[in-house]
Amino acid sequence: MANALSIQNLTKTYANGFQALKGISLEVEEGDFYALLGPNGAGKSTTIGIICSLVTKSAGKVHIFGKDIDRDFSGAKRMIGLVPQEFNFNVFEPVEEILVNQAGYFGIDRHTAFTRAEQYLKQLGLWDKRREQARDLSGGMKRRLMIARALVHRPRLLILDEPTAGVDIEIRRSMWRFLTELNQSGTTIILTTHYLEEAENLCRTIGIIDKGELIENTTMKRLLGELQTETFVLDLKAPISAAPRLSQDDCLRLVDETTLEAEITRDCSINFLFDELTSHGIEVLSMRNKTNRLEQLFVNIVEENEQAGMAR
Amino acid sequence: MTFGEQYIAFKTIVIKEVLRFARIWVQTVVPPVITISLYFVIFGNLIGSQIGDMGGFRYMDYIVPGLIMMAVITNSYANVVSSFYGTKFHHHIEEMLVSPLPYYLIVLGFVAGGIARGLTVGIAVTGVSMFFTDLSFYNPLVIVSTVILTSALFALAGLLNGIFAKSFDDISIIPTFVLTPLTYLGGVFYSINMLPEFWQNVSRANPILYMVNTFRYGFLGISDLSLGLSYTIIIGFIVTLYSCTIYLLRTGYGIRR
Repeated sequence: MANALSIQNLTKTYANGFQALKGISLEVEEGDFYALLGPNGAGKSTTIGIICSLVTKSAGKVHIFGKDIDRDFSGAKRMIGLVPQEFNFNVFEPVEEILVNQAGYFGIDRHTAFTRAEQYLKQLGLWDKRREQARDLSGGMKRRLMIARALVHRPRLLILDEPTAGVDIEIRRSMWRFLTELNQSGTTIILTTHYLEEAENLCRTIGIIDKGELIENTTMKRLLGELQTETFVLDLKAPISAAPRLSQDDCLRLVDETTLEAEITRDCSINFLFDELTSHGIEVLSMRNKTNRLEQLFVNIVEENEQAGMAR
Repeated sequence: MTFGEQYIAFKTIVIKEVLRFARIWVQTVVPPVITISLYFVIFGNLIGSQIGDMGGFRYMDYIVPGLIMMAVITNSYANVVSSFYGTKFHHHIEEMLVSPLPYYLIVLGFVAGGIARGLTVGIAVTGVSMFFTDLSFYNPLVIVSTVILTSALFALAGLLNGIFAKSFDDISIIPTFVLTPLTYLGGVFYSINMLPEFWQNVSRANPILYMVNTFRYGFLGISDLSLGLSYTIIIGFIVTLYSCTIYLLRTGYGIRR
């Protein structure tokens, strides 16, 4: 069975000579929830643009469910739905019309288009707004409108380029639930995001692009397994003047008189930490991760790539 | 895409384009009708009554077909250039680019929208002209075929302008500095037989002259030029412009990064 997405040696050099992609190859399996991460300007949006025919590639091959985007242009495009980073609908058109027109471009008759528009607008909480011009929607509603529009032709591969940027946490969580259900129903999803917590919660596979190269491509589980240390922030009940010294490992740092930071290695149990703190008479009120685990790894990987680049 | 799917996609673009200019009819349909009405009053009635006959017809009767054609040309062009550039500028073009729409359907859809506006304004102007003259329809087939072909030609020219345009200034340069002078010098207000031979020959290089004369022939039965040559020139321009737009869209010029 063909993969949902197959990219081989994809390169893109813009007219000004800037090389945005330097021969990227990656595979996304059918049914996967794939996170495509990278710093700003790394080449994520260029890659997505090429997959969706918004950017002309310089070289390389792209297949969608085995269909070559150069040879079977129509067949490949039918299987992709794109939620772009920037709002790109006509803000003067009513919400429902935007969906019906998009369906029309895929050759879907108006009756079916209206039925599907109703389904997705209801699912995404926009049905009450169907007659309103898109410019009157809030930022979160506009993002959901773009998701509904991308789904109206029932694509097998949905690509979301930072779909939750600027969206409040409540709407973001409702979008996560919607995307998880969509993925469980069989739609392959590729997601780019700067919220690494989002990628960690939703995605099973991860690719990291930096400076036009794919520097990591693995499962989320395996990647998180590479994390050697985690830093926890401990809120203390009573103030202390100095961080206590532990018997096995000196891993504590006093941030302020009621806050300690503990760097715990993979082979060290948290029980040990609490036993030691209790023995020093320190009571902990709450504990949280200093940074998201994926965020910590992401920063490490990108920094390593940066140093390797300087060494070259 | 199957033929049926292509038909649906084409219809979608046409409906979208028609709704676009219909929603803002006060900006798109009313102004040209008022402008052309002023031409009827000032040039046709007031000045025309002092000029006398032209080509064997009252001056008002002589200029009406040219003025209708002028409205059709400017509106077909303006509709497509502004719609296509707006689509590009606000990135709605991406809605079409991510779909399986073949490029020729994008071209035909926008051109059909331009024809629709050209004809809407043309019919409105024709209606107003009936307050000033008793219009005769010498050859309705020539009238209909010329107006549709001319409208298609200028819709294509507008699309080409829209593809090349990089700013809103770029979409007003061609209408102001090329289209308007060519229309005024295209025999709308006079017969080229009035000109010295040298200027008659220069005028023959102006494609709008052929369209205006053929259209006038449809109403009055007179033309300064051969109908066969006129149709050949109009169709030749349509084929050339269509080929250029398809080529540019296929290469992604102006629409893809």
